[in-house]
Amino acid sequence: MPRTHTHRTRRTLPAPPRPAALLLPAALVLAGCGSDGGATGDDAGSGGGSEVTLTVLAAASLTDVFEEAGAAYTEEHPGTAVRFSFAGSQELVAQLHGGAPADVLVTADTDTMASAAGLTGEPETVARNELVLITPPDNPADVEGLADLDDPGLRLVLAAPEVPAGRYGQQILREQGVEAEPDSLEPNVRAVLGKVRWGEADAGLVYATDAVVAGDDVHTVPVPEERNVLAEYPAATLNEAEHPDEAADFVSWLNEETARGLLAEAGFLAP
Amino acid sequence: MSPGARRRRPPLALALPALLAVAFLAVPLLGVLVDAPWGDLGARLTEPAVTEALRLSLLVSGWALLLSLLLGVPLAWLLARTDFPGRTLVRCLVILPMVLPPTVAGVALAQGFGRRGLLGEHLERLGWTLSFSTAGAVVAATFVAMPFLVISLEGALSGIEPHFEEAAATMGAGPLRTLWLVTLPMLRPALAAGAALCWARALGEFGATITFAGNLPGTTQTLPLKVYLLLQGDPAGATAVSLLLLVVAAGVLIALRGRWVGALQPGR
Repeated sequence: MPRTHTHRTRRTLPAPPRPAALLLPAALVLAGCGSDGGATGDDAGSGGGSEVTLTVLAAASLTDVFEEAGAAYTEEHPGTAVRFSFAGSQELVAQLHGGAPADVLVTADTDTMASAAGLTGEPETVARNELVLITPPDNPADVEGLADLDDPGLRLVLAAPEVPAGRYGQQILREQGVEAEPDSLEPNVRAVLGKVRWGEADAGLVYATDAVVAGDDVHTVPVPEERNVLAEYPAATLNEAEHPDEAADFVSWLNEETARGLLAEAGFLAP
Repeated sequence: MSPGARRRRPPLALALPALLAVAFLAVPLLGVLVDAPWGDLGARLTEPAVTEALRLSLLVSGWALLLSLLLGVPLAWLLARTDFPGRTLVRCLVILPMVLPPTVAGVALAQGFGRRGLLGEHLERLGWTLSFSTAGAVVAATFVAMPFLVISLEGALSGIEPHFEEAAATMGAGPLRTLWLVTLPMLRPALAAGAALCWARALGEFGATITFAGNLPGTTQTLPLKVYLLLQGDPAGATAVSLLLLVVAAGVLIALRGRWVGALQPGR
C-alpha cells in the first residue's frame, strides 16, 4: 500500500540523528560563535638556542622558587634549559612509573622519594620546610592556632593524606590531639592555598613557603616549632635520564650558593 | 539513498583514517583492560571507600540529569522553536561549558556561586553553601553536562517538521499540551540519547568538581576524584575503579541505544 508507505517515510524522516551526529550542530554553532577557549600555560623553560633541555619533576610547593632557580641555572649554564613539571609528589612518582621521561625528581618528603627508589640515583636533601596555618586576610573565623581547628562549623581545607603536605598536616593535628573535620582534602598543597585565597575555606594548613608566595592574600598563623614537623625535600637524578650528566650537575647545583639563596628567599630552611 | 548504496564497500581513503580513529579510541581502553588487577578486582571494587564513591557518583550524576531535564528541555524548545533576540548568544553560552577546560568551569563556578562569588553571599544568607557540599558537586556536574542534553534536543527539534505541532494547534491544543502530547513523544529517541550523553558526562565530571566542590569522601569525592587520588599511591586500585566507570558508562549507553533503535522502528 503505497500510501501507508509514504506515510511511514514521512514519519521516520524527522527522526533525530544518531548520537554522534547530534554533536554536529554544536560544532557548527561553535564555528560561528568564535569562542577563543581557555588559555593554556606553557611552563617550559625559555629554550632559545639551548642544546640540552633538562626535565625536572618537582613537588607542587616548589613551583615558584624553581621557576626562578631554573632561569638562574640557565644563566649560569648557557646551553642548558630547565623545564619543570609540578604536581603532588605522589603524582610525580606515579607519572614516572607510567613511563614519563624526565631527568630529575624532587619530592616534598623522603617517603615518596623512597617509593621511587628503583628509578632514581642517590637522593640529596636540598631544602626543608614547615607547615603554617593560613586564613583569608580578614580571618573570618578568628583562627588563632591549631586548637581552633576542632570547631565543626569551621570550613577547614587540608591536603589529602595521599600527598606529603596532607600527611604532615595529619601528623601535626594527631600529635596535638586536635579533632579536626576537614571540608575538603585537596590533591595538592597549592590547591589548599587556592581555596583559602578565594575565601572558600576559613583555614588551611600549607607549607610556610606557600604562605610566602600568597603574600597579603592570606593571613598566616605560625605553628610553634615544637608542634610542627619538618618536611625534607630530596632531589635525585633519574636512571632513565636523557641527560644524566646535566641532571647530576643540576642536583648538586641545588645545594650551592645561588640556589640556596633563592630557596631561603622563598622561605625554605637550609637542609 | 537505496539500501544497496549504504552497503557499498567504503573507499580506502576513508576506511583507513576511520580504522585509525577506531584504533586511537580503542587502545587506551584496551590498556585499562590489560592493566586491570583482574585477580582481586572484586575485593578492590567492594572496598567501602570505592562503594561510597560509586554511591555518591550515582547520586550526583542522577541529580545533574534531573536538573538538566527540568531546565534543559524548555531551553532547547525555546532555542529551536522561537526567535528571540540574542538567541545566537544564548546558544554560545550553552555550548561554552562543553569546550571550557573543566577546571576553568570550576573557577568560574566559584566566582559565581562560591562563598565570595557573585551570588554566593546571597545564597549563604539563605543557608545554601555550595562549595564543599554534595549540592556543589551536583552544580558542577550539571554545569558541564546540561549542554549535551540541550544541544542534542535542539538539533532534533529543528529536524521535526512543525506541521505536526501546527496540526495539533489547529485542533485546539495549547503550546504546552502540544509539547507534551505531540513534540515530546516524537522526541523520545533524541531525549533518551541526549539524556544518556548528559548523564555520562556528569558521571565522568572531574575538573569542575574538584575545583569548585572540593574533595571529601562521602560528600564530594565522586569516582573520578577517587581515581585521581588513588593514582597517587595505588595505581592498580585506580585502574580497577577506572574499569568500573568504563563499564557503568558503556553499559548505560549500550542499554539506551538498544531502546532508542527500537523507538526508531516505523509503525511502533
